[in-house]
Amino acid sequence: MARFIVKRLLFMAATMLTVSILLFGLLEISPGSVATKVLGPYTSQEQRDLWLEAHGYFRPLHVRYLDWLGHLVQGEFGESIRFKVPVAEVLWPRLSNTAVLGGLVLVIMVPFSLALGVLAGMKEGSPLDRTISLFSIVTTSVPEFASSVILAALFVFYLGLLPGTSTMASGFSWREMVLPVLVLVLYDFGYVTRMTRASMVEVMTRPYIRTAVLKGLPHRRVIFRHALRNALIAPFTVIMLQINWLLSGVIVVEFFFAYKGFGSLLLEASLNQDLFLIEACTMVSVLVAVGTQTLADIGYVYLNPRIRFS
Amino acid sequence: MTEVISKPATRRLPLVGLLSRVLLLRESWVGMIGAALIVFWVLLAFTAPLISPYHPNATLVPYAVPGTAAPDGGTFWLGTDHIGRDILSRVIWGTRTVLVYAPLATLSAYALGIVLGLAAGYYRGWMDEVLSRFSDLVLSFPVLVLYILIIVRFGSSGLNIILAVTFASAPGVMRIVRGLVLDIRDRDYIAAAQMRGESPWYIMFVEILPNVRGPLIVDGCLRLGYVTITIGVLGFLGLGLPPPDPDWGGMINETRSMAMAFPHMALFPCLAISSLVLGLNLLADGLREVLLDA
Repeated sequence: MARFIVKRLLFMAATMLTVSILLFGLLEISPGSVATKVLGPYTSQEQRDLWLEAHGYFRPLHVRYLDWLGHLVQGEFGESIRFKVPVAEVLWPRLSNTAVLGGLVLVIMVPFSLALGVLAGMKEGSPLDRTISLFSIVTTSVPEFASSVILAALFVFYLGLLPGTSTMASGFSWREMVLPVLVLVLYDFGYVTRMTRASMVEVMTRPYIRTAVLKGLPHRRVIFRHALRNALIAPFTVIMLQINWLLSGVIVVEFFFAYKGFGSLLLEASLNQDLFLIEACTMVSVLVAVGTQTLADIGYVYLNPRIRFS
Repeated sequence: MTEVISKPATRRLPLVGLLSRVLLLRESWVGMIGAALIVFWVLLAFTAPLISPYHPNATLVPYAVPGTAAPDGGTFWLGTDHIGRDILSRVIWGTRTVLVYAPLATLSAYALGIVLGLAAGYYRGWMDEVLSRFSDLVLSFPVLVLYILIIVRFGSSGLNIILAVTFASAPGVMRIVRGLVLDIRDRDYIAAAQMRGESPWYIMFVEILPNVRGPLIVDGCLRLGYVTITIGVLGFLGLGLPPPDPDWGGMINETRSMAMAFPHMALFPCLAISSLVLGLNLLADGLREVLLDA
């Protein structure tokens, strides 16, 4: 087990390193374009050269990369061109806002989708199963931007029940959180439900379930004591991997509802060619994605005794 | 191992066999609804010049709500947008955009993914190792971050969107193909083909590929839906196809700031894209029953 964890962590570090090389190659390889982006298009060649000289851009490529990587690891991302402050100052508050949004989504989505998945998978092909499966296909088919528009039209325009933006301008507001959370839960729960259902269906065909039913245990006891424990291993991985999808979803939702989070920051940085901010946001988002994947792998092995003891 | 080494007779007409399986779809009402939705949009795309009431880029009367009478005696059934373009016509013409780019991008991702997956699964060894590591790397990115990076770096055009989708989706296709190939590469008929002296690419494309088509068709259907969403998201974020030609995602982006006052402008393209994706997902569900569970 310990060996497996170390191996996974090393693999994670290798992935991050490769991503950093790719990112450096994509954005920093030509000093000329870096200077244009940082200083703006209306600067003279001398001004750019001076800036490049001062920031060490005339050193050999590998020295520059290692230096850049060193700063990145320490969280010194450079200065944001758009916000005129160090990147870290805008990054961390935005990230914590998104953590609140994502956390709320998970807290609501996980129990909801697990319950629906188990209900559907208890008896394959039952009317309940068909209804739940169809419902989850429908909600997964409506992309986040579409459900944002549809729900905003319904709750903001026609019913006037909720605010249409979530800027949190006057402090945290639950009312402003409703629509962003609802949109993300609606889009993401379907997949987890389907995976839970598939896992449950598979477990229900196992001999030990048949034994439990045949020896006369009440249905409730068969489900809770025998089936659930094994049926919920696979969804754990799915939920962890769902965080990767959630990162894409928050970009759309934060953009539409003007929520001041990490997703809208990443988009704003990209649209404004805010170089160092793009780099920081990309590395953070990949770190979150790869980190949760690693946790998913480790957790899966830990939860599954057949692998843990082999 | 003394069985007769010859091609099974049913493989002479692989397409007929596949078609007769696909026709079983009529027994799955979910699949039929999906197919109907897709046929509806495809028909709209083909007949766009005949049925759309106005030119999609013509500026007529701004801010008309659905049902407003048009100056020429017609009706703006779905209203007009902020610069007076008829939304019904734009939704109809936008069908062409989405039904060209999404299938092209998906096909291109599939072409690359299938070649890489066949190679990785059939050759194994270092080739598999390199390709699998690379696909792990691409798949570890949050998808949208990857798209935004590529589009922002290389600019947004139809070709770049297709290339970005190919780059981001081919690894997923590769992973599926590789798994399927690993499953059947030790079968007798593969060994037979090797004994006959067939070339590796012949074996991969003629012996292996037709035998893994079921799961690939189902996945392709789902992926087409996902690519449709992706192109819509890029348009919605302002990174999609350049204006003024109608594209559902772009229509939503242009009018989303007015969504609180004139929700109809963004609402109809949203419903259009959702119903198309729903059609693809339902069809995939029906095909899964027909092709995989049978």
